[in-house]
Amino acid sequence: MPADTNTTRSTGLHVGEIRPGVPKVDPIIVADNITRSFGGLKAVDVEHLEIPRNAITALIGPNGAGKTTLFNLLTGFDKPDTGSWSFDGKALAGVPAFKTSRMGQVRTFQLTKALAMLTVLENMKLGAKGQAGENFWVSLLPWLWRKQDDEIEQKALKLLERFKLDAKQDDFAAELSGGQRKLLEMARALMSDPTLVMLDEPMAGVNPALTQSLLDHILGLKAEGMTVLFVEHDMHMVRHISDWVIVMAEGRVVAEGPPDVVMKNPAVIDAYLGSHLDSDIGVVTGRVGVVKEKKK
Amino acid sequence: MDWGAIFSNTVVWIISPETIAYALATVGLAVHFGYAGLLNFGQAGFMALGAYGYAISILSFGFPWWAGILVGMAASVVFALILGIPTLRLRADYLAIATIAAAEVVRLLFQTTVFDAFTNSADGLGGYHEGFRAANPIPKGVYGFGPFTYNETDWWVRIFGILLLAVVILLTWLLMRSPWGRVVKGIREDEDAVRALGKNVFSYKMQALILGGVFGSLGGVVFALPSAVVPGAYVPSLTFFLWTVLLLGGAATIFGPVVGSVLFWIIMSFLANVLPRMADAGWLPFMTNAQASIARYILVGIALMLIVVFRPQGILGNKKELTFNAR
Repeated sequence: MPADTNTTRSTGLHVGEIRPGVPKVDPIIVADNITRSFGGLKAVDVEHLEIPRNAITALIGPNGAGKTTLFNLLTGFDKPDTGSWSFDGKALAGVPAFKTSRMGQVRTFQLTKALAMLTVLENMKLGAKGQAGENFWVSLLPWLWRKQDDEIEQKALKLLERFKLDAKQDDFAAELSGGQRKLLEMARALMSDPTLVMLDEPMAGVNPALTQSLLDHILGLKAEGMTVLFVEHDMHMVRHISDWVIVMAEGRVVAEGPPDVVMKNPAVIDAYLGSHLDSDIGVVTGRVGVVKEKKK
Repeated sequence: MDWGAIFSNTVVWIISPETIAYALATVGLAVHFGYAGLLNFGQAGFMALGAYGYAISILSFGFPWWAGILVGMAASVVFALILGIPTLRLRADYLAIATIAAAEVVRLLFQTTVFDAFTNSADGLGGYHEGFRAANPIPKGVYGFGPFTYNETDWWVRIFGILLLAVVILLTWLLMRSPWGRVVKGIREDEDAVRALGKNVFSYKMQALILGGVFGSLGGVVFALPSAVVPGAYVPSLTFFLWTVLLLGGAATIFGPVVGSVLFWIIMSFLANVLPRMADAGWLPFMTNAQASIARYILVGIALMLIVVFRPQGILGNKKELTFNAR
């Protein structure tokens, strides 16, 4: 399958013995002592976590493990009770969401947030950074932003073509299917030339026919030098494309490591994988016909 | 039934100062709700600030008329900031509650006797027309044809109002086709998504609130130009009439507020003329003349409900562009 042909798995990402919170050779995100409680429930309690640069890291765990909450905390959409974290060496504590995005850390959402009553192309153009015409006064003088807007449009059209959405450019995003909206959201995030792309369940609700192209796109991001961090329940996808897997349960990081190693970890099997580990998850989810794993 | 009188009493509303004032204030509401998704139920407060800012700065401080307009605009900017800083971080429905309360606070501050020296409390203000009328370039006389026959002052009010409306509409059109408008419309759809793309959502919402508020204050100025400023005019029902106008014309459209305002006033004055006459002629046996002239408000209320149910995008709106349940 193309997923294995166009990129190779990154190895040797960590330093020392593999355990939760193991230091990485070249971390892009370093988080320390992050806690967040909702009432009496400690949703996230992470002592130390490093995300490796230019690799695809999967964040897995059962429902309610705190994956999305951790995402929200790292991107500034929520504020932790304690803790500090940095992105690319810059401290992020207290930085609002829109600024973390400007630094190059762009996220998508579990429930897709396509801007329904904007066209696909407008959705895309909104993603570009540093637009002069987004200033109130400059926007009144079209000749000051027209040229930049045209360049942004060219870039958007190229990306749409890559994501096979170019035929839909003038449609409202509301008219797209769920899977196409996922693609649009990912493409829109790429308009800002991010260094870290954070995808919250990119496969949720996507039909199996689109799964393959989404996988390819995610692998393509890594090939272009970006770092990907994604939350996913589809073990098959995790096993296929991720270079590193972080397992959360009850707000804590219970295990991490390369996918093959993590999937054999008894703590992970207890917490998450359960009895289906031995059978191919693809059989369980019914996707085996679409994404065929190479037997080793 | 004197259909000729009904007709001429009705068509004059096409270019009446009230129609222009409503259109101006409704363009502001369109910026708030139609484009930025801000539920502002206090547009009457912005209009009151425009009208009182204009009148007080002329009467109490001797400002020239054009400076009075600037004061009215500045007052609405300050009001938008006071309103927006605590509420724009909250969900849209909280803004709605805060705006309706804040607009009432504004009206009651103008109505109370505490500031009688400036506001003349419940009696309102008048006699601030000298400067505006002195600036009138139209020579003395009566102009026009048929029902549209006015003296130079009445024409000056109308022409000035229409010019103001044209500028406001041009500004809105320029803004909404620009990247600024794209961000604002994105916020209407989903502010978290726009935040994730690196836009300062709070700042854009504030800019939209201020812009629409300034348009509202200009509506208040035009409302005040021909006659007087009375606090009783800026009640919540004024805001709801503006909403009727907005939804009638189309919330996310450039010319919707103008079309809506003209239609609204034509329907209102037509009913005001027709219903009492019908009662007099015995066509409405269950109503007296006085009841019939009030019945128009009931009909307008029913019309608003019908619009929202059957044509939520308004007359000029694109069905896809704005429907209430598509968020």
